[in-house]
Amino acid sequence: GGMAAAALLLLLVAAGPGPGRTDAGQERRDALREELLLSPLPTGDVAATFQFRTRWDADLQGGAVSHYRLFPKALGRLVAALGVRELHLALTQGFWRTRYWGQPPLQAPAGAELWVWFQPTVTDVDKAWKELSNILSGIFCASLNFIDSTNTVIPTASFKPLGLANGTDHHLLRYAVLPREVVCTENLTPWKKLLPCGSKAGLAVLLKAERLFHSSYHSQAVHIRPVCRDASCLAVSWELRQTLTVVFDFFSSGQGKKDWSLFKMFSRTLTDTCPLASQSKVYVDISPKNKEKELLEVSPPPTSVHEAVVQGDKKTYAVYDLLSPSLFNTSRSLNVQLKWKRPQDSSEMPIPTLHAQRYVGGYGLQTGEICTLIYNTHPYRAFPVILLETVPWYLRLYVHTLTIITKGKENKPSYIHYQPAQDRRRPHLLEMLIQLPANSVTKITIQFERALLKWTEYPPDPNHGFYVGSSVLSALVPSVIAMKDMDVEQSPLFTSLFPSSDGSSYFVRLYTEPLLVNLPTPDFSMPYNVICLTCTVVAVCYGSFYNLLTRTFHVEEPSRGGLAKRLANVIRKFRGVPPL
Amino acid sequence: VQLVVPMAVVFGQGSVPGDLPRPLPFRDVQEMEISVNLRTSVMSRYEMRYRSTTGQEEAALAAATAREADAALHLLQDTTFGSLTMYVVPETSSLLPQGTNVFVGKHRSALVRAVGSLAALQARLREVTQVMSFTASSIAAALSDRVPDGQLSPDARRYLKSSLGYEITFSLLNPDPKSHTVDWDIEGAVNRYVKPVLDKLSLVANFSVDSQILYYAVLGVTPRYDKESSSFLLSAHSLPHVINPVEARLGSSAASLYPVLNFLLYVPERSHSPLYIQDKDGAPVSTNAFHSPRWGGIMVYNVEAPASPQASLPLHVDVDMARVMEVFLAQLRLLFGLSREEVPPEFLLESPGNEGLADWELDHLLWAHTVENIATVSTTLTSLAQLLDKIGNIVIKDDVASEVYRAVASVQSAVTKLSLGHLHAAFQASKEAVTSSERAFFDPSLLHLLYFPDDQKFAIYIPLFLPMAVPILLSLAKIVRETRLRKKEPTKMD
Repeated sequence: GGMAAAALLLLLVAAGPGPGRTDAGQERRDALREELLLSPLPTGDVAATFQFRTRWDADLQGGAVSHYRLFPKALGRLVAALGVRELHLALTQGFWRTRYWGQPPLQAPAGAELWVWFQPTVTDVDKAWKELSNILSGIFCASLNFIDSTNTVIPTASFKPLGLANGTDHHLLRYAVLPREVVCTENLTPWKKLLPCGSKAGLAVLLKAERLFHSSYHSQAVHIRPVCRDASCLAVSWELRQTLTVVFDFFSSGQGKKDWSLFKMFSRTLTDTCPLASQSKVYVDISPKNKEKELLEVSPPPTSVHEAVVQGDKKTYAVYDLLSPSLFNTSRSLNVQLKWKRPQDSSEMPIPTLHAQRYVGGYGLQTGEICTLIYNTHPYRAFPVILLETVPWYLRLYVHTLTIITKGKENKPSYIHYQPAQDRRRPHLLEMLIQLPANSVTKITIQFERALLKWTEYPPDPNHGFYVGSSVLSALVPSVIAMKDMDVEQSPLFTSLFPSSDGSSYFVRLYTEPLLVNLPTPDFSMPYNVICLTCTVVAVCYGSFYNLLTRTFHVEEPSRGGLAKRLANVIRKFRGVPPL
Repeated sequence: VQLVVPMAVVFGQGSVPGDLPRPLPFRDVQEMEISVNLRTSVMSRYEMRYRSTTGQEEAALAAATAREADAALHLLQDTTFGSLTMYVVPETSSLLPQGTNVFVGKHRSALVRAVGSLAALQARLREVTQVMSFTASSIAAALSDRVPDGQLSPDARRYLKSSLGYEITFSLLNPDPKSHTVDWDIEGAVNRYVKPVLDKLSLVANFSVDSQILYYAVLGVTPRYDKESSSFLLSAHSLPHVINPVEARLGSSAASLYPVLNFLLYVPERSHSPLYIQDKDGAPVSTNAFHSPRWGGIMVYNVEAPASPQASLPLHVDVDMARVMEVFLAQLRLLFGLSREEVPPEFLLESPGNEGLADWELDHLLWAHTVENIATVSTTLTSLAQLLDKIGNIVIKDDVASEVYRAVASVQSAVTKLSLGHLHAAFQASKEAVTSSERAFFDPSLLHLLYFPDDQKFAIYIPLFLPMAVPILLSLAKIVRETRLRKKEPTKMD
């Protein structure tokens, strides 16, 4: 009793000094944690995923004066000014091949993806959304300003707030994908500029554009969301996650070897830590594949080894803690290397429980068919999946042709939300909740008709085709292995971004391939050709008429030759020579 | 444009000059022409009312010091924007200290020591009014777009353009977070020092204040090491190169269109400490700060080297915000053209106290900004008219047209209000005029690229014109050749 009272008293004393004034240096209200996860993929490629997480124990929404330290001012001002509750922006080049590379830590569709939850206080959500996309396009040098009502949808079920939210009124949500967007260096530089240490120190020194874009997949993302400040969740903190995923294909480009090192991937090594980071770790996925532990080795020896269950898979990570003083004592720089002890037989590739495939069917330029194949490879568990399909208005979907077939039988979706398109106003939105039986393939087909566009509506290079954004699959996938209730803070990366439910299943969001559809394209030079042709005909007619009207016709006397002859005769007459 | 300053000249007992043309009270008008360029000139007109003091004013003037008199007189004055009140005190008055002839108060009044004749007094009064309202150069600075190059003083380019709002950003640059952890209590400093000034200035424009800390942000030039003082020096001529690399990190104001005022506090890295700024003559600048016209200011804040070299890094630094804010506020005043340095020596200015800004300084800003706004509107509307003249078939929507009408109406009302001496109303009208004219000018439907220029239309029809031109030209050539021959022939006949 006495002890407890004393402890309580101590606590009270500790909490004594006012909460407003931060004790300088002792307790920061913001913190930066950086992580790098290196995972060898089954195909022999290597995926590197960076995550920089800035947490700020402040209320961004209130207060006229704002003072920023680690949180970037540009984004903070944006969130405060436009009443943003949650913002997710991803810029991606390439496509994550789920079938071969396994479940991604955090996938994004090819091109640009933006989804935003607004505060309930925002009255005109569409205006705020337009303004937000314009400002973001300025900050990230991306063409997000092309987001308008023709590619914005309001999903009802697929996208839930990932952060703290007390209501999920989906009218406050906006979602848009620009599949045509090309991601390059000019998008990376502003993204790096948002990091407190820039690319000067810490893990960000590895982010060299010439290596990052020399890869088969590049995705950079910004996630802003409110989170609970502590376990009691009485106050709100804001969290900014900047993530970047690259996949290097060493297997195909590098002499068939699967060995890699940091230097080989990024052409530089880690030399120091960002002094502002309160955590700086490198994780290497060394999970044994076929129960044979001694297959690969990492050097230098890791600080510790961490085991966790991530996305239904037991993973073993070698952890390098850059903040531990022992790491840089032995050598001045850290160059993580991984070597395979013996060549791996690539025949047994693990197939992810959920993966999907999409393509355009049909022939000709009038009608077509969008086919989506969803695979559930789980041996004995069925699970539902939410499919979100956004199709531009110029592909006119016929909903009565929608068929969902699993194992030869029709599969009736338990929930359908369909919003038809309006020409030049909004796209088609189709959301379905489909039950996937165990070990099955589900084929979803829907037919469409190609619309004719006005001649000003065609983009440059119209014969390239028109992109249809990736469809989104969201599912709670049952885990094969029972998941323990693990310490989320210890596990690397994204385990804490998606809400984790009970131990038996995990959340997965997948994107299918974007589609490229050819539309009937007019010959744009035709008007000019017509003008040229008609003008030439008119000009020729005019020429002959002109000749007819202006020429004087008279009978030519054969004796008097041409002008030259007459001149010559005149001269000859002078000289007294007989004329010609 | 005519600027009218209502003025009251109040004579205390024993200060009335002997050569007054009429008995008090009477009215008088003085006019002054400020010519900006050959075509533009601004007329300033001082409407003076001469009268003698009332009993209450006399009692107030009997105070012991000028400051107390000023405070007491404030309650008795006309306090509309732009108006001035001059109290003429006797030559022997002890109210003004020895050597000063004019005391400018916190509000809109001044105490002036009497001189013998009315003409001499008027000359002195003119000096005071120029300090307290506007001078030819401040008006020229406001109209700097129209002043021919070379005639403008360098100061004039320093002042910020008039705008509906400004964003003030304080940035702490810490290029070396490994050796220094710098903390600044910016929130407290803004509330204590900047807020009062901005509250006063809120009449002129909207202000927003924020701050950020930038790490690994370095200056664009490497400072020179000076052996004598064992310090690093930045010379004045290298300062223009300092800002550019920093600016890339500052972040633009994505969320608003107002101009940004940047105030940077630079804590030099350990290998470059201490760092001093040298002026043109090579002497160190006492404040260790400089400002960049229409952009903001930079101050270098040196960290004292630790007493023992083996002190553990990073070194903890708490910024002395009073020192920093003093410099930044001075720069802020400078950028708004409210410098107190150009005042004649026999003037004594009352310090504005907590508010940071005297009422007459606010008037000074309002005068300049009103004139500038009117000039901006007329420039905008003129160029809009030029654009419409150039493209004949441009479509003008009704809302654009109404914005133009509104801008013209507002600017006219601003001009009339100015000539009536209603400064505040004139300023509000000029602000509305700017808003309307900008909205009309930047309307997306008026983009001239939306319209085909005539030469392109002509180019499309070249396939018609060219073949048609060929026979005409050929026959023309033939005619020319034949006439030339016909001329030649007779000469050969001879």
